[in-house]
Amino acid sequence: MQKSLHIDPEKCTGCLQCEMACSYENEGVFNPSKSRIKVFTFHDEGRFVPYTCTQCDEAWCMQACPVDAIVLNFVTGAKYILNDRCVGCKVCTIACPFGTVNYNTSTGKVIKCDLCGGDPKCAEACPTGAITYIDANATGLERMRMWAAKTDTQASTHA
Amino acid sequence: MNYVIIGTGPAGVVAAETLRQRESTAAITLIGDEPEPPYSRMAIPYHLIGDIAEEGTHLRKAPAHFERERIQCIQQHVSNIQVDNHQLTLADGSQLGFDKLLLATGSRAVRPPIPGMDLPGVTNCWTLADARRIIAKANAGDDVILMGAGFIGCIILEALAKRGVNLTVVEMENRMVPRMMDEQSGGLLKRWCEQQGVRVLTSTKVKAVSVAGEKLYVELETQPAMQVDLLICATGVKPNIELAKGWLQTRHGILVNRRLQTNHPDIFAAGDVAEGRDFSTGDYSVQAIQPTAVEHGFIAATNMSGGHYLHQGSVNMNVLDTMGLISASFGLWQGVENGESATLNDPEHYRYINLQFKGERLVGANTLGMTQHIGALRGLIQNRTRLGKWKDYLMDNPSRFMEAYLQQRVA
Repeated sequence: MQKSLHIDPEKCTGCLQCEMACSYENEGVFNPSKSRIKVFTFHDEGRFVPYTCTQCDEAWCMQACPVDAIVLNFVTGAKYILNDRCVGCKVCTIACPFGTVNYNTSTGKVIKCDLCGGDPKCAEACPTGAITYIDANATGLERMRMWAAKTDTQASTHA
Repeated sequence: MNYVIIGTGPAGVVAAETLRQRESTAAITLIGDEPEPPYSRMAIPYHLIGDIAEEGTHLRKAPAHFERERIQCIQQHVSNIQVDNHQLTLADGSQLGFDKLLLATGSRAVRPPIPGMDLPGVTNCWTLADARRIIAKANAGDDVILMGAGFIGCIILEALAKRGVNLTVVEMENRMVPRMMDEQSGGLLKRWCEQQGVRVLTSTKVKAVSVAGEKLYVELETQPAMQVDLLICATGVKPNIELAKGWLQTRHGILVNRRLQTNHPDIFAAGDVAEGRDFSTGDYSVQAIQPTAVEHGFIAATNMSGGHYLHQGSVNMNVLDTMGLISASFGLWQGVENGESATLNDPEHYRYINLQFKGERLVGANTLGMTQHIGALRGLIQNRTRLGKWKDYLMDNPSRFMEAYLQQRVA
């Protein structure tokens, strides 16, 4: 069974442990600005919303990459960047309509969530259970994706 | 079924792969007239910098990829198409039949009608062959003029600077990337380049080029003439519609319907050569960008092989790295009639964002110096998100677009 990240903003306290864990795991430094998961703060409402890639089926980033540098991990379902192929053209950063592929100016490559190869450190680090890594069916991932696809841009296709 | 695709850019390659996925027994032929494996022009600047070898520009990395997909690749120019008997003639005189044909012939770099533009020291920057010429001729201490500060001109600036050439940029408009960025951000880009030591001459033109010994003698409008080793012409591209001219409907590009079908039922067009639907305007135009080429290739192939997929239109967008300063444009960044706009300008730190609204919806954006979450701008535009109270928040501070985007998601 494929698993995915489940995010429950109601449980998030804004502690940023997830950002720290992500940046340490993937960039070797404790630097939230290098994290692939990002906690957004809505001051007016006192809410925190952790947000990262949903590994969407459309894989806009992967489709748009001109040099085949974004590939699918068949085990985890994650789309991940092959650094030795990425030229840093950033087309994926504008193609992803969720805003979850970002350019890393210090490496000249793009970064995105790859589910840490199936052991996401953000979920491990989250002290309140706001981020969990569970069966894809139970996560409401479909709901998230439906939200994501809540657009009149998806053409109907009957093959 | 016998499918033939002319053009080995992203549109052609994605179409060939899509056809294979949908029909395991079809014959699929991919014809291109460059003596290279299918490659990405997008990657050329990074090859010029020296970050990647030529192979790094290839669209597909596995050497036997096309063989494995049973896509027959032919490296030849197509001379003409005889539509009545569904045949085409290759440059060597041989003939090839097809049931369905895709024209994905792309575009080519043009040179303005100026005396001397055909001299050997003048090159475009469009193909791998051009890249080889530039690598041979633009080295430390060489004097180089880059004609045109549009998308291609800007994206190769860093490569040229890193190669150590004495560079002068000549642009006839009053700012850089005039077709992608507004006046304020285009002006900031110019200042940025000058700060990096590049000489940028805007609102001027090359008048004539001639030979002066080993060098090129370049006459400029309103500026003293210059002697250079190389003149790189990046003044624009134009769709390769020659094969279609006279028998298919063409304008600037080849006209297609929402299925990417031309006025001939068995012939489709995709990518830079096709006037596809624009998401924002609903009109048909040549966008000439990578994501659109990929969308076109997929949709055309689906429809060629019996599917029914209506193109909803591609969002016009671009992202550009000019010597480390990153700019992006989305949708109707020039704004719409009776629209509203919000700007945040921080010229000291080279940060700029402009959002264009129609009612409570975002329709376009320009950003400069921003690298985080900018794809959400496409999301907001393409979802036609009703912003509600977030419209006011964005009018106050347009850099909060990601929160506006998320608010819709978790509200």
